[in-house]
Amino acid sequence: MLRLRRVVAVSPLYRGYATATGPHALVLLEHRAGVIDSGSLSALSAAQQLGGQVTGLVLGAPEEVKDVVQSAKRLKGLTSVLHSSSQLYTHIIPEVVSPLLEKLLSDNTLYTHVVSAHSSSAKSILPRVAARLDLPAVSDITSLEHDNASNTTTFTRPIYAGNAIATVRAPGSTRVKFFTVRSTAFKASVVDESVQAEEKAVDPVPVADPPTQHVRTDLTKSDRPDLGSASRVVSGGRALKNAETFKGTLEPLADVLGAAIGASRAAVDAGYADNSLQVGQTGKVVAPELYLAIGISGAIQHLAGMKDSKLIAAINKDPEAPIFQVADVGLVADLYEAVPELVEKLKQQA
Amino acid sequence: MRPSAVRLLNILVPIKRTVDYAVKIRVNPDQKGIDLNVKHSMNPFDEIAVEEAVRLREKLKDEVKSIKVVTIGPPKAAETLRTALAMGADSAIHIEVPDSAPAPEPLGVAKALRAVIQREKEGVDLVILGKQAIDDDAGQTGQMLAGLLDWAQATFASKVVVDPKKKEAEVTREIDGGLEELRSRLPLVITTDLRLNEPRYASLPNIMKAKKKPIQKLTPADLEVDLTPILETIKVAEPPKRVGGGKVGSVDELIAKLKEAGITPVKS
Repeated sequence: MLRLRRVVAVSPLYRGYATATGPHALVLLEHRAGVIDSGSLSALSAAQQLGGQVTGLVLGAPEEVKDVVQSAKRLKGLTSVLHSSSQLYTHIIPEVVSPLLEKLLSDNTLYTHVVSAHSSSAKSILPRVAARLDLPAVSDITSLEHDNASNTTTFTRPIYAGNAIATVRAPGSTRVKFFTVRSTAFKASVVDESVQAEEKAVDPVPVADPPTQHVRTDLTKSDRPDLGSASRVVSGGRALKNAETFKGTLEPLADVLGAAIGASRAAVDAGYADNSLQVGQTGKVVAPELYLAIGISGAIQHLAGMKDSKLIAAINKDPEAPIFQVADVGLVADLYEAVPELVEKLKQQA
Repeated sequence: MRPSAVRLLNILVPIKRTVDYAVKIRVNPDQKGIDLNVKHSMNPFDEIAVEEAVRLREKLKDEVKSIKVVTIGPPKAAETLRTALAMGADSAIHIEVPDSAPAPEPLGVAKALRAVIQREKEGVDLVILGKQAIDDDAGQTGQMLAGLLDWAQATFASKVVVDPKKKEAEVTREIDGGLEELRSRLPLVITTDLRLNEPRYASLPNIMKAKKKPIQKLTPADLEVDLTPILETIKVAEPPKRVGGGKVGSVDELIAKLKEAGITPVKS
């Protein structure tokens, strides 16, 4: 029996424009060991600023997803939590998760924006998905403004290692707007016990014979606060001679200040510190309450990663070191004398 | 007679001509862009990509059939191609755009690169390019290209081992918390991170040899690609200025300044 269906011809241009309901953002909630990444919580705050609904997306292995979804449901700003579990999602491989995202964002999607932290994982995924949908993406935004009437979203983002700020506009005709968020620019969303977002399971989209397999992951183990979100950072440069001296000099200082440890590119290249500690244009961007730079000269590329810190203090033997141009307080001294003295005196005050 | 079962690798290295990394950039008073009358060089991450391709040939020898570099840029970008040729690439493609053209965005670049790859008669097995360009710091082109081609991708590579016989590569990547190792089938797009290698300086003999290596000129129209960006850059401004606060004369004074700012030691 033929059922008559009324077909409404919708002009392609119309579909791009706002409806009365406003934007609906899909936010990637990344997680590890059951805990949602703080970068994703900043992405959530950014998504809220669009002014519409926000759906969180949790992907992972079945054992992990369950707990993460329960935490996600209580996050301030989330209207709903979408989740998909599969052994295939145990390690997030862009080629493997992309098909699911493409399905969620296909032509009749209700999502207007796709948001994530500017994390190494998410920034490997979002551009791939965007391109497959023939859409552009905006990286590492520091602010946003959405105009519902025209369906345009305007962002600011750093360029030239943060030495200039670009204002970029995604026009109304961009049917889904992808962007990654600089976490230091948006305060992490918090748990609100009164919030109980609804949850919905979505079938994984299986990928037969993925072209990429995960072999191993080696994370640097540390009891210290995570560099990306710590409120205090003690950072060392090439003046620290070798790995042992780097650790031996900076660890007591980081301990007494309750700080994370960072490193300049030179220090990492020379093998004094792990690459995950690198602060800079192409390493981590941090904006803690205190950034204490020890034996760091202050190259443009390093400044790019820390110049939004609240208080910058520096100890360097060279009075002309560029770091002193951005440091709020500078001490010209031999770090091998100054740092132990600093540690001693701080310990006495504790 | 050598068995011909092994496919020889054709490597494509997209490169970008950018403002030199050491230049202190200045924002123009009209707030539409930065002063581009400054020294330009090959994007440092793309230099690393060219170097990696050349090292792969040094390692795999005849199994690397060709190393081709490609750039989208104004006439002056040909100099950047010559540098890559001097480092060891065999030939180059220059997708020429006028000086006045707006900078293409990653999606447009990826579409142009896809068109180049689809036109390569011998095919392309490996695309190696920088993880980001130091001008726009977008970091998307490699992933977008891999997406458009539906190829494997491995971003932020700090180590690459290619097995042409198995047609796969093992890539170690720098990720937020440490390192990750992936195994990918070819064809593959790799984006380079800082520590993958240290690029060589081209020797004078190689610079001279490079002058004779072929550069094919194409336009976006030849590739049936429109490079007009979708995203509009409506303003370029200076960041909030950070002024230094001056120096103190002793550790005691430093501690006092920290205390003033509310920074005190934690109880152990």
